[in-house]
Amino acid sequence: MTNLLLDAEQLYAELRNGVGRLMTPDTILVGIWSGGAWLAQRLNADLKTDRPMGTISSTLHRDDFGERGLGAVEATTSLPFEIDDARILLIDDVIASGRTIRAVVNELFDYGRPASVELAVMVDRGGRELPVAPVFAAAKLTLPASQRLSLARGHDGRFTFAVKETT
Amino acid sequence: MLARRNPQLNGHGELIHLLSIEGLPRAVLTQILDTAGTFLSVNDRDVKKVPLLRGKSVFNLFFENSTRTRTTFEIAAKRLSADVINLDIAKSSASKGESLLDTIANLSAMHADMFVVRHSESGAPYLIARHCAPHVHVVNAGDGRHAHPTQGLLDMYTIRHYKKSFSNLTVAIVGDIVHSRVARSDIHALTTLGVPEIRAVGPKTLVPGDLREMGVRVCHDMREGVKDADVVIMLRLQNERMSGAMLPSAGEYFKSYGLTEEILALARPDAIVMHPGPINRGVEIDSRVADGSHSVILPQVTFGIAVRMAVMSILAGNDA
Repeated sequence: MTNLLLDAEQLYAELRNGVGRLMTPDTILVGIWSGGAWLAQRLNADLKTDRPMGTISSTLHRDDFGERGLGAVEATTSLPFEIDDARILLIDDVIASGRTIRAVVNELFDYGRPASVELAVMVDRGGRELPVAPVFAAAKLTLPASQRLSLARGHDGRFTFAVKETT
Repeated sequence: MLARRNPQLNGHGELIHLLSIEGLPRAVLTQILDTAGTFLSVNDRDVKKVPLLRGKSVFNLFFENSTRTRTTFEIAAKRLSADVINLDIAKSSASKGESLLDTIANLSAMHADMFVVRHSESGAPYLIARHCAPHVHVVNAGDGRHAHPTQGLLDMYTIRHYKKSFSNLTVAIVGDIVHSRVARSDIHALTTLGVPEIRAVGPKTLVPGDLREMGVRVCHDMREGVKDADVVIMLRLQNERMSGAMLPSAGEYFKSYGLTEEILALARPDAIVMHPGPINRGVEIDSRVADGSHSVILPQVTFGIAVRMAVMSILAGNDA
């Protein structure tokens, strides 16, 4: 594991500012399990919206199910609001290939027909394999495909980034 | 000599067939129950279907009739987007003299990905699992008197749903334990999940003393068996048992081992009553109990679909 100079707390502050600008009176935040769900939770509190937020999991729509199996069972979708005609802003920690977003959008549409779906992320690490683009990314960087970047949340609720070699 | 590996698990200890609860580690049982929780929420969606088994063919092979179990497997497979083929073998090839393995070889040539097997002979699903191609998964949907693992798992899901934990529970299983694959699967699952007291309740002909070897407390008195129980699992009294010398009559049986409100009052105030169905009202269970506030018989059916979805999707995600 290498120590990358990514200050997750500073990136969070930028994400908060960016999301704050994107918010309309009827925007609902939906965090992608797990890192994005933590972010959306904190954003919803920090931005003092009085709206519900949701969490969403890609597990049931993943295109690599055959290789990976089911994965974490604690990853569940919870959308405690009306999806039909909702304006949804998806939140995730990292975007790379875009396959998670594809799966999550499918998952979302199992619950209804939102008016619009947008995406904001903390880090866009490139390597897109699908036509998916965030409307806001707090940082853009290029990482070798062998490195896995993931957000961690400490006991005090503070965020850190971890980079792991996958090979 | 090499130790024989559990045929249900691959080299990484992952589930590739579900043949029996016996011998499965607690972690695997817990994984299935946790996964089932995820699938229960699929019922809350507008689209009650997820694509995990899209493009896979699930063959329901019922060598013995069971409309209910076959239907719940069919619904589970369809909610996972599989193609489901129901074969009522009792009425087809087997009656034409085709052997079990020839039937399987033929269906494999039709590119089956999963067999759900119900058979009157104990061990038939093991035979199929041993002879099918490596990518094919087998689910035992009840074999002879041996096992009915998905029923056992849905019973565990139901207990955990209402009781939150398995420690400190007293579970009474009442009825024809000796012929019941459900009872056997329940006993193995309850033991693995750490239930401290499991009781087998019924007449000596249906609850023989050697059941004690499975670690259960044998009770031939209904009141003693139900007293202070947290969970009462009633088994269906199979009519065919009446014809032999095993039981005098349905009426007599109900008098001694039927679950009435009066008997149930001996259990804990928050006890739940379970039954794998179909229920025989007035034979093993009084209507007031079956329809009463302690009964969780219909939630069991709902949970059963989620549990079967969990089993099939876990199997499909694991390679031999």
